[in-house]
Amino acid sequence: MTSEEEVRAAVDAAYRDEWGQVVGTLIGMTGDWDRAEDCAQDAFAAALTTWPRDGIPRRPGAWLTTTARNRATDRLRRDAAGAAKLRQLAILERDQEQPQVEEIPDERLRLIFTCCHPALPFPARVALTLRTLAGLSTAEIARAFLSAESAMAQRLSRAKRKIQEAGIPYRVPPAELLPERLAAVLAVLYLIFNEGYDEGRALTAEAIRLARVLVRLMPREAEPRGLLALMLLHEARRPTRTDDGELVTLENQDRSRWDQDLITEGVDTLDAALAMRRTGAGRGRRLPRDRAERREHGLVADRGPVRRTGPPGTVTGGRAQPGRGGRDGRRHPCRARACRRTGRLGAAERVPPAARDPRRSPPPRWAHRRGEGGVRGSAGTGAD
Amino acid sequence: MKYVLLICDGEVDAPSNEELDADPVHQAWIADLERRGARLGGARLRPVVDATTVRVRDGETLVSDGPFAETKDFVGGIVILECEDLDEAITIAAGHPYARRGSIEIRPVWE
Repeated sequence: MTSEEEVRAAVDAAYRDEWGQVVGTLIGMTGDWDRAEDCAQDAFAAALTTWPRDGIPRRPGAWLTTTARNRATDRLRRDAAGAAKLRQLAILERDQEQPQVEEIPDERLRLIFTCCHPALPFPARVALTLRTLAGLSTAEIARAFLSAESAMAQRLSRAKRKIQEAGIPYRVPPAELLPERLAAVLAVLYLIFNEGYDEGRALTAEAIRLARVLVRLMPREAEPRGLLALMLLHEARRPTRTDDGELVTLENQDRSRWDQDLITEGVDTLDAALAMRRTGAGRGRRLPRDRAERREHGLVADRGPVRRTGPPGTVTGGRAQPGRGGRDGRRHPCRARACRRTGRLGAAERVPPAARDPRRSPPPRWAHRRGEGGVRGSAGTGAD
Repeated sequence: MKYVLLICDGEVDAPSNEELDADPVHQAWIADLERRGARLGGARLRPVVDATTVRVRDGETLVSDGPFAETKDFVGGIVILECEDLDEAITIAAGHPYARRGSIEIRPVWE
């Protein structure tokens, strides 16, 4: 008998790691996003009751996926008795030969590409990604974007309906569509990372986790690595970015508190991305691997001009969100330029209205001070 | 899946049918459509100066000149498609010459 605590911890860990995969498999199987979530939820609930008795399975993901599939098959059989839809019968036939546990493919790739399909409104892409890949509850997503839970629930259900009714295909896009579709996915992850910044760890960790999954699932693409590197390098400096709510500019940050592990991983990831570019992988764009490049990606500080385009008290740099609390305004031109240079123009440009909502956070104190004293503009020595 | 493409354009210097037929982009688009076997039907529409709108309110039939709504762009034609999924409909729509000058709305047929 395994202790309740151990089981709880194992289920929590499995939820973090496996939710997207289980839901993705079920969507592929049933074509029904709501049913997929229900069956996945059932499987996790079943784990809580079964694992204390039978022990924690060696491969929790496989156990959960199989359990969820069985739930789905049961429900489909019950429905087929009434409506006998062609698809359900086809699935039942397919089910005769259950794939071996080792053969179950990673479903998260087609899930994320479908969530980020351009036919869905951008806020819906973000919400659906968080719901189905990260397993966030509707309430959690609503809180993160400062919307009412009912509004977010409606947004999610409309998106799922559109996928069904407009015939958005559930798949990884073919090669000719991949560049633009991948850019759309990266833009969503980028926004999740940005939104996460103000809410604390929760969403930045999710964004980084999803970016890592994307890198693992698309090992030959350079762009996901570029984005992951960007996120890691920014995340590494997060603890030193604010002091008591006051923004701490780059030169004043306490470097000893930068997360060295994240920096190492970020630099390695960036090197890998640049190496792929050099050898013509990705889409054959060559970027010189020199100090300028490292500066672009935030390794070395490059503080481009901070432009004031908004009302006094707000600072807009590059194309990132204006006047956000707890943010190093001078980071924005880096990020925008890095995005541009690694081809993720969409990520830098596409900031949805929701993210610019002034209700989100009051203009930070540092922005007011800037406004009064005029914008200092770039004072980068570049010697970091 | 069945879709209808609404070909929308501002109607400034709309080409004649003959000119459209002679347009190589249009020809390529028609050929591609035939290759896919996707076209179920469609029609090019006369400009909105020739439109008439009908409403019946309180048993009274109201007939007016012009389109049902005042918009910047107007529906210049429709194409009824049957194809695999939305991505294919998008590819087909993007190939139409009017995608470059106006816009093309893709709506799933409500079956």
